[in-house]
Amino acid sequence: MEMRSTPILQVDNLHKYFPIPRHVGDVLARRPRRSVRAVDGVSFTVQRGEILALVGESGSGKTTVGMNVLGLQQPTEGHILFDGYDVTEWSRGHGASLEAADRFLVPLSRRRRVMTLRERAQMIFQDPYESLNPRQTIFDIVAEPLDIHRLTPSRTERRERVRTALETCGLAPADHFWDRFPAELSGGQRQRVVIAGALVLEPELLVADEPVSMLDVSIRAEILNLLRALRRERGITILYTTHDLATAGFFTDRMAVMYLGRIVELGPTVEVLSQPRHPYTRALISVVPVPNPRRRRQRVILEGEIPNPIDIPPGCRFHPRCPEAIPACREMDPRLHPVAPGHDVACLRV
Amino acid sequence: MNAVKQFVRNPMGVVGAGMLLVVILIALLAPWLAPYDPQVRVQVTPDDILAPPDAEHLLGRDDAGKDVLSQLIYGARVSLIVGFTASFMSMFIGTTVGLVAGFYGGRVGNWLMRLVDFLMVIPDLPLMLVIIAVTGRGLTNIILVIGLLGWTYTARLVRSQVLSVKERQFVLRARSLGASAPRIILRHIFPQVVPLVIAQAVLDISVAILAESSLAFLGLGDPTLISWGMMLNFAFERAISRQAWWFLLPPGLAIVWVSLSLILIGNTLDQIVNPRLRTHHLFDARRMVALAVGVPPLAKADGAGE
Amino acid sequence: MAVLEVRNLSVDYVADDGTPLHAVADVGFSVEQGRSLGIVGESGCGKTTVMMALLRLLPEEGRIVSGQVLFDGQDVLQYSESQMRQVRWRGISMVFQGAMNALNPVRTVESQIVEALQIHDVVEQRRAARERAGELLQLVGIPPQRGRQYPHQYSGGMRQRAVIAMALACNPRVLIADEPTTALDVMIQAQILELLERLQAELELSLIMVTHDLGMVAETCDDVLVMYGGMVAEKASSDVIFNTPQHPYTRRLLEAFPDVEEPDSDLASIPGNPPRLDDLPAGCRFEPRCECPERGAICAQTAPPLVELEPGHWAACHSVRRVG
Repeated sequence: MEMRSTPILQVDNLHKYFPIPRHVGDVLARRPRRSVRAVDGVSFTVQRGEILALVGESGSGKTTVGMNVLGLQQPTEGHILFDGYDVTEWSRGHGASLEAADRFLVPLSRRRRVMTLRERAQMIFQDPYESLNPRQTIFDIVAEPLDIHRLTPSRTERRERVRTALETCGLAPADHFWDRFPAELSGGQRQRVVIAGALVLEPELLVADEPVSMLDVSIRAEILNLLRALRRERGITILYTTHDLATAGFFTDRMAVMYLGRIVELGPTVEVLSQPRHPYTRALISVVPVPNPRRRRQRVILEGEIPNPIDIPPGCRFHPRCPEAIPACREMDPRLHPVAPGHDVACLRV
Repeated sequence: MNAVKQFVRNPMGVVGAGMLLVVILIALLAPWLAPYDPQVRVQVTPDDILAPPDAEHLLGRDDAGKDVLSQLIYGARVSLIVGFTASFMSMFIGTTVGLVAGFYGGRVGNWLMRLVDFLMVIPDLPLMLVIIAVTGRGLTNIILVIGLLGWTYTARLVRSQVLSVKERQFVLRARSLGASAPRIILRHIFPQVVPLVIAQAVLDISVAILAESSLAFLGLGDPTLISWGMMLNFAFERAISRQAWWFLLPPGLAIVWVSLSLILIGNTLDQIVNPRLRTHHLFDARRMVALAVGVPPLAKADGAGE
Repeated sequence: MAVLEVRNLSVDYVADDGTPLHAVADVGFSVEQGRSLGIVGESGCGKTTVMMALLRLLPEEGRIVSGQVLFDGQDVLQYSESQMRQVRWRGISMVFQGAMNALNPVRTVESQIVEALQIHDVVEQRRAARERAGELLQLVGIPPQRGRQYPHQYSGGMRQRAVIAMALACNPRVLIADEPTTALDVMIQAQILELLERLQAELELSLIMVTHDLGMVAETCDDVLVMYGGMVAEKASSDVIFNTPQHPYTRRLLEAFPDVEEPDSDLASIPGNPPRLDDLPAGCRFEPRCECPERGAICAQTAPPLVELEPGHWAACHSVRRVG
């Protein structure tokens, strides 16, 4: 695995707000324009070949981060650097700094420039029943990225690339599967097709958005093992978003725990799981079911649910639910600060 | 393949298809089937005018002494040509407008939908009457008017379907791959709306046929062609007072026959296309139905499930 | 005596060409008053079918072929439909999978609970029914005044609580919860599990938890039934299932479950797919996916009987042996 100095992905102070449409009444009452602050200042770096978990409940903003990284949404603020290129604007089909950054890219048209980078970053979606077009055959699904990126030199080579991708993902022999339609496959097989469709472009970064949460437990392990093997054998970097600490613990190197649009704790996975510093992380870990009744633990069950990201509490955004909050938490918004090498926490009490 | 099987299994659809096939065959074979050429002038005696059915003229004669059966057979051609071409036009326009309005949304989509609303609230028939009266009663004009006014419902239908399909994850996946907008529309969204469009187009054919008949009945049919609506028009003006039912009834029944066949087909297609019966891989796509023998069926719970 | 006992229950589904598909074969278990049983298996293993069968709520194409469902010692399969109605909801109640998304969106939560109470003749008067609805909401941790709200004003966790409140409307003795926490976040999952545990203790409920999530079962259940391909693979107390499982399927399932306390351990996967109902293996239904070194020719030929290995520990596998 080659190690370059440039990280594959740098996310710097990312904000993503979704404006809320105002009703006539709001306008008349001169209520201010409000927005859902889905991601509210997130920074992290992913090195080549690393697997980073973005862990959080729904409403934490983890999926939004993934969508912004891949240019499926336009960030409100902040920067995203992919392999050193500023791709913050790539959802708009262009990127200002792409032009100066690399002589190799200059002769290409704007769209081609974005495409050249986009080819290298792919996404795996949560719901394998929804992310495949029901009217395309498996072959067409996996071959489509090649067509989109015009990587189709010859029919035989196209077939071979599709075959390799499918068989890498455990759908062997490929001929047995590729004439079928998604409805004929099981959930696990479909998720393999989704992964094959991403792999056929030989990407360097995979954003995997809850890839196993819709699957049965017995099949989860297969998919996770496949992702792990892809990293081992091809050095693929994976950004894995999940609400499940147990699967995240199983195969990621580092873990970022998100709460209400912010990262509250970031560090090596094993360290975060064994010595969680943030009260939210501790609570999350304590409620993960352990598959052994002899090890039933004291659960720290937080009251209520993640607040609405329209009305973010002042001070530390976790304080209303925090079992360890002190009065200062109501006023001070803690920054992410290092507590150990490579281990950052955003909590006043740490 | 599967849709064809489902269609064949549905008795309503099969009956409708059979009924339509009969009409299509009659229209195609009109010159051979019709005992007389309805366009040819005939020498008539006063007895021939509105003569009741007999062995030579199975459906009697009209007020000019011409054979009603032959007119009926040739009339099928006009109805089908108008029906199919006009509905094809409205399908094409409606689908395009619906896809564009649904996919792009925003200002373009809004303007298109306002246009649709505008056309929808204007009563079709009076508008058609005015246009035909101004532009002339040619067959092409009739087809154009029906086709250009009949696409609004299809556009609404397609747009609402596109709005839901474009939020689905496989469209997001295509976007994440960097697919261009035309590619997403044609490869990923259009195939999902095709079945709906076809079912709607079949229903539109019957609407177009009825519209043509209405125009002709009101005296705005193509004067050079005999159509069912025109026959009704003549019959209504001249035959009713003489109680010549053989002139009035056949074209009316023919219109009912064709419309009914198309509605049966259209509804069957709709049934196949609309409920998204998800097949489970464990059941090998076989739909499960009740078995009449063996253990008596256990009654379902009433209201206990909510 | 067990509150609910299911003996040798077999259920067929009938395909449209008339072939019976054996969805559930010879399943048996019992639940004591105040105990909890977890029924674990992959999707399609028949666990929900068993529950629907014992409530006699199978879809039209389902047939109970044989077996007994003893509630308080009485076989409810022999009951008339009106007798059965007395058992459903009053005796045995169920939280259906996905029920939280099936609440009527245009009626308040309270009115939906009131309706359930009135349908089942628990309370006659509307006022009493509303009082009772308030109590039920309180019981599941929803402030009673929020009963006036509509389902869309509730979060996922609260909708699930409301559905549980409805299931408890008629003071059932057995509560069946079918995948009660799927699609909920971990913290909300924990809240719901805690609620179920509390209700079970307070109301002395017998709880049957149907799920594919082993962790949930380990956290809440006294006994576990592992199903595979419509049959019982193994049943025992939780402690035995999670510490000394005997059936190869149970063992594989446990190895496939990630443990947050041991993040470095490998995850074993179970290759292949569960058997299709129209193509069930002749012998042991797990045989095509079994990688147990002790499996032999007999596994592919005859289905293994369910044998008691030690008191209370049953397994259906040719290669397990009785203790002693």
